[in-house]
Amino acid sequence: MTAALVRALGDFDLAEELVQEALLEAVEHWPREGIPDKPGAWLLTTARRKAVDQFRRQARFREKLALLEGASMRDDTAEGDDRLRLIFTCCHPALSREAQVALTLRAVAGLTTTEIARAFITSEATIAQRIVRAKRKIVDAKIPYRVPAARDMGERLEEVLAVLYLMFNEGYLATAGERASRRDLAEDAVWLAGLMVRLMPEEPEALGLLALMRLHLARADSRFDNDGNLVLLQDQDRSRWDRERIASALAVLQRAAALRRPGQYQLQAAIAACHTEAASWEATDWRQIVALYDALLELMPSPVVQLNRAIARRYRDGAASTLPEVDALREALDSYYLFHATRAELLRDLGRDAEARAALARALELTANLAERTLLQRRLG
Amino acid sequence: MKYVLLFGETKERAKQWESMPEAQRQAAYAPINQWFEKYGSKITGGHELQPERTATTVKFNNGKPVVTDGPFIEGKESIGGYAEVTVADLDEAIEMAKGWPTGGLVEVRPVVDRGEPQR
Repeated sequence: MTAALVRALGDFDLAEELVQEALLEAVEHWPREGIPDKPGAWLLTTARRKAVDQFRRQARFREKLALLEGASMRDDTAEGDDRLRLIFTCCHPALSREAQVALTLRAVAGLTTTEIARAFITSEATIAQRIVRAKRKIVDAKIPYRVPAARDMGERLEEVLAVLYLMFNEGYLATAGERASRRDLAEDAVWLAGLMVRLMPEEPEALGLLALMRLHLARADSRFDNDGNLVLLQDQDRSRWDRERIASALAVLQRAAALRRPGQYQLQAAIAACHTEAASWEATDWRQIVALYDALLELMPSPVVQLNRAIARRYRDGAASTLPEVDALREALDSYYLFHATRAELLRDLGRDAEARAALARALELTANLAERTLLQRRLG
Repeated sequence: MKYVLLFGETKERAKQWESMPEAQRQAAYAPINQWFEKYGSKITGGHELQPERTATTVKFNNGKPVVTDGPFIEGKESIGGYAEVTVADLDEAIEMAKGWPTGGLVEVRPVVDRGEPQR
């Protein structure tokens, strides 16, 4: 087994160390959970997982990680299956969303509890406890360690993708100031989405999510100005967008589309793609974007999607016809800052300045995100 | 692995159920009976419970038992019955709960296994 790792890594000491660690883990697990059917494969999987853990922690091993990902080892399908089992178990719907996120970061992405705690700006003890509780529930309630059956797959995959998207947003929506001290969960989420795509290449929504994440990240650098202030899409310097990343995202999205099973992530990615393809804000194809939102609404008729569609419609049809559509969402979205921020914009377009200021003030009350607050405050003047 | 499925419903629905004319209630039982038939081989126990108004709670105050009227679970929901099921794992128990025909809520709780021989 060490040999297989040495072949892949070209580093004997490291391989040996990893095998030792895997053996230690076996000593810890096997008496409790019984010896697995294929102990050798189990050890190899564990050792490789530990290798991935280590590499991810150490930047100088980045290129070796690529080697490991690409290395063809014996029992490769079995190992892929094992990873999938792990992911689906970590994201089992019987676990709370918080637990799913923490467990996936720990067990699949190989982050330490310290890193997870830092990413969520919470204490290590909280994260450690969350993970311990989740593991105990897996054992005590006997959550099965397996890839779900075909009839449950849609629902269960949705759960996994929702966990990854939440993880991504946690990192992506962090402000520049916060980012300095936080681990970039967005990159971890992209890595995990890429893993899902490798393990389940025929799942269009996994591809759609990966494309969506890449499209967001391609624009990440232009989202904040030098002072750390949020820059809106319309004011962003499009020459700073990462064209290579956009191209890779579009290729992934095309692969998804070829599978002919549309879904929410593919549609959201398609909307993001429309924005990246426009040479300027003015050149944005709002007709196409509204049509994509219509399709998205069919799949997930939520007030937030309706609000986003209305925002797109504002640029296609103007504020006067859009405002009633937004106002109709008040009951559902009264505590959502973006609802009030959107109303403020529309009211300002219509010259109803006093009402616009009131809406802005309400939006400001409702968001704790520093960058968003600053932006709203600037608008309030 | 054994689990208990606790069948819950809102108190409002429990009342509606109680005030149903007999014929209508019989009809409403049909899908429930079907569920029990479908999973018959996996169900190892259980009962429908009489309405919450029949409940009596014995509460210990500093070790001294005090008898009071009513259930101890407070809230919008009440327990209408339970089934003990013996299945492979949580997924199978959840599958059964998802098929519960009358709506409401179903809590799935694993039973403590002390490794005693099956009785």
